Amino acid sequence: MNYEAVIGLEVHVQIKTRSKMFTRAPAGYGHDVNTLTDPVVLALPGVLPVMNKAALDAVVKAGLLLGCEIAPVCKWDRKNYFYPDSPKNYQISQYDRPICLGGAVEIELPGPARNIQGEHKRIPLTRIHLEEDVGKLNHGALDSLIDYNRAGTPLMEIVSEPAMHSAEEAFAFLTSLRLAMIYAGISDCDMEKGQLRCDANISVRPAGQTKLGTKVELKNLNSISFVRDGIAHEIRRQIGVVNAGGVIVQETRDYDGLTGTSQSLRSKEMAHDYRYFPDPDLMPVKVDEAWKQRLQATCPELPFDKQRRFLSHYQIPYTITSVLIPDQALSNFFEEAVALAGIQQAQVVGNWIANDLLRELGAAKRALADSLLRPVHVAELVKLIEAGVLLMPAAREVFAEMFASGELPGAIVDRRGLRAVTNEGDLEQWCREALAGNPKSVADFKAGKESALNAFKGPVMKAAKGKANPKLVDETLRRLLAQSN
Amino acid sequence: MSSEPFFRSIGELSAALARGELSSVDLMRSVIARTEAVEPKVRAFNSFDREDALAQARSSDLRRAAGASLGPLDGIPIGMKDVIAVAGQPLTASSRMLANFVSPYDATVVKRLRAAGAICWGRLNLDEFAMGSSTENSAFQATANPYALDCVPGGSSGGSAAAVAAGEAIASLGSDTGGSIRQPAAFCNVVGLKPTYGLVSRYGLIAFASSLDQIGPFARSVEDVAILLGAIAGHDPLDSTSFHTGIPDYRAELDRRKGPWRLGIPKEYFGEGLDPEVAEAVQRAVAHYQKLGCEVKPVSLPHTEYGVGVYYIIATAECSSNLARYDGVRYGHRSKEAKDAVDLYFRSRAEGFGSEVKRRIILGTYVLSSGYYDAFYLRAQKVRTLIRNDFLAAYREVDAILTPTAPTPAFRRGAKADPLAMYLCDVYTIGVNLAGLPAVSVPCGFSQDGRPIGMQLIGQPYGEAELLGIARAYERDHPWAQKRPVL
Repeated sequence: MNYEAVIGLEVHVQIKTRSKMFTRAPAGYGHDVNTLTDPVVLALPGVLPVMNKAALDAVVKAGLLLGCEIAPVCKWDRKNYFYPDSPKNYQISQYDRPICLGGAVEIELPGPARNIQGEHKRIPLTRIHLEEDVGKLNHGALDSLIDYNRAGTPLMEIVSEPAMHSAEEAFAFLTSLRLAMIYAGISDCDMEKGQLRCDANISVRPAGQTKLGTKVELKNLNSISFVRDGIAHEIRRQIGVVNAGGVIVQETRDYDGLTGTSQSLRSKEMAHDYRYFPDPDLMPVKVDEAWKQRLQATCPELPFDKQRRFLSHYQIPYTITSVLIPDQALSNFFEEAVALAGIQQAQVVGNWIANDLLRELGAAKRALADSLLRPVHVAELVKLIEAGVLLMPAAREVFAEMFASGELPGAIVDRRGLRAVTNEGDLEQWCREALAGNPKSVADFKAGKESALNAFKGPVMKAAKGKANPKLVDETLRRLLAQSN
Repeated sequence: MSSEPFFRSIGELSAALARGELSSVDLMRSVIARTEAVEPKVRAFNSFDREDALAQARSSDLRRAAGASLGPLDGIPIGMKDVIAVAGQPLTASSRMLANFVSPYDATVVKRLRAAGAICWGRLNLDEFAMGSSTENSAFQATANPYALDCVPGGSSGGSAAAVAAGEAIASLGSDTGGSIRQPAAFCNVVGLKPTYGLVSRYGLIAFASSLDQIGPFARSVEDVAILLGAIAGHDPLDSTSFHTGIPDYRAELDRRKGPWRLGIPKEYFGEGLDPEVAEAVQRAVAHYQKLGCEVKPVSLPHTEYGVGVYYIIATAECSSNLARYDGVRYGHRSKEAKDAVDLYFRSRAEGFGSEVKRRIILGTYVLSSGYYDAFYLRAQKVRTLIRNDFLAAYREVDAILTPTAPTPAFRRGAKADPLAMYLCDVYTIGVNLAGLPAVSVPCGFSQDGRPIGMQLIGQPYGEAELLGIARAYERDHPWAQKRPVL
């Protein structure tokens, strides 16, 4: 029998704010344990939460970006459960009235080949809500230690509809969502730092059946490849159970990405009763039209919209866009360089960035932001080549040098005497000499042997000490040969 | 000024301090000596720190000598209910759970009192986590009523009321969730104000029921209450439920508010269960207001009968969540027997909390449970709105509402072993918290056997200035709080 998998994702994204969700204590990663705390983070007796407006801004912005309906009021609820990473033993979250409803994430499925664009789909969202992160437990042999640095960090929970049908789709959803959040400056979404975390609800059903199968929640998919592998594994596991005549039980399973296996954490019967109720310490916050408009104005172009624009406006190949788009800074770099070099140079600029710039950055282990190379360097380089002043092998050297020093290409060309011979008188003289020295090839060419032309190019280049523009040499030779009839 | 410094008012003391007749250190020594003399009988304090208090007094004297006095509270010892955080001092909530906890931070009210130069004096006993009406639920000791030592001082702020009545503090702060300032004020012959919800910051107050809790002052006169309120009221960016409102000079306003007022008498507060001596004393006060030219009108608060039920759903629901943080993990009592994390929770909480606290946590956990939320919590919130609407409707016809503070005078320790009987002590005070209104308990007489009686004046939202003016008009002619206990 054929089975269809149905997948919904719950994605937690840490919001990049200076301070925590409900207190002024700083938010951050990689600090000494329990240093990003204050009485509120530690839930000392008597403390009260105060909402971080920047975090609400961020989630409203995320909602606007993904086409969600924004609730007119941001209301807070308490989710009650005991766990040592939760200092209050309740989490301030949003229950029945999430700040964002609906919306969608556009995804691109893998194309038939790397250089061919794949199918695009829109995965609908159920909701996005805002809450606070918990601390981190470090289990030792005899005891467990708690680091509350992460506790209280603003956290957004993005819940998709059960609308994905393969691990590839889930992977594409996460990739697209992640990039949108990075573009909007909402989060860095570094999975290694726990800034983006993903749980998946997975079920299978016989193909064609509309009723959903029993779902299993898969937790701890804490790298983007684990998401793909974990979901694929769970789909196979469920199909295996059903094929063997078994029944899927509703449960939460823990995926171990290192061994590629999962095990049951708890069954439905052991599910928590979170005893949600409105948090009496926090007043609901009105989100009016002016607030939304202010944030709408800060929303960036979504990555796939940018890609469509790059393809149509700059007429650059899909392969170059797939290098540029995932990196917002690189995309901006490209656009600035094209603006300086001229739109007809877009593909050339794109090639320099996608190939040479990325190679140099990789070799130097340097981020684009730290690079001395600016768009003006690339634009000027491209213009020098176009003008025939700089020739190809030399241009690569100039690129490497300006990458290392930040010196402008024109200056490097002059200092190193790399300027190609553009004096047509000299060039014509060298060409005449080359033709005169090889009458046989002149005859061959005139007899229609096109390749005979190459015989003159070597001597011309030699005379020009390699600094003649090959295109110009070619043209000059053809002109002289035509004249010599 | 004939009386000992420890029995004088803030007004008298600040004048004497300003004239140099008395130093703050003299005053503090007087209060310490009084405390040491009567505390074996009263047991109002969980702890106090003489050296720290004297150091604060010395700072005050230095400021005054330098001509930099911070105002009428500078150098005045103010007692603190042991649920209000003072940096460096114990913060126990009269619970084994926090027996060894020392606060690393100041509550906002404490910051404000420090800015006014007041001395933070001692940690005053209460019913554990402010749950109770007699201070018998303290894990440490039962405080005595200074006017009747075998009786309770009321609760939960029993220590705050008793200390002021006994001259162990010039004034004090308490907290009121269902009557915890007003009922002990009535029992102990002092003035106690529960401000409008949102007027005084709750930051640094150990939460019992967040939507009902409010800090307020105890003193031996309406004027002193007004001075203290002026120091602690006002918006606090650390409390999202604190209100943005202008704070008048409550003390200066006292004598500008002259009435005559229209006073409402709700029949629902004078029915079954009201002690005849209390009813009589309150009726005499009503008659006095009539004599002053006030119009007295019957009003109806028809949802009063649901008050106690609604209160015990909302307050317990909130407390079940608020007290979840006391788990033995980060601070507070930690069981030494625990085998794992879950066991640590069970044992620490079983050992750390007293039975009334456990009863309310269990009740609150139940009413919030899946399947019960709508029937209990949600419905209680709706009735709460009806109760508030009752009051607001009454205020279309009257300026304030006058009721007994408590159905009876102070009762004997151990007299109310049944939790329900204890809950009914708050029948007249609970509605005010549910409606978020300000209310003050003012002494209005004594029973034949010498136990104090208080009346409650309920004001309009943020109408504390008018409310205290009404209280002051009565107190001017009947200064019952000036009758000292014999200790």
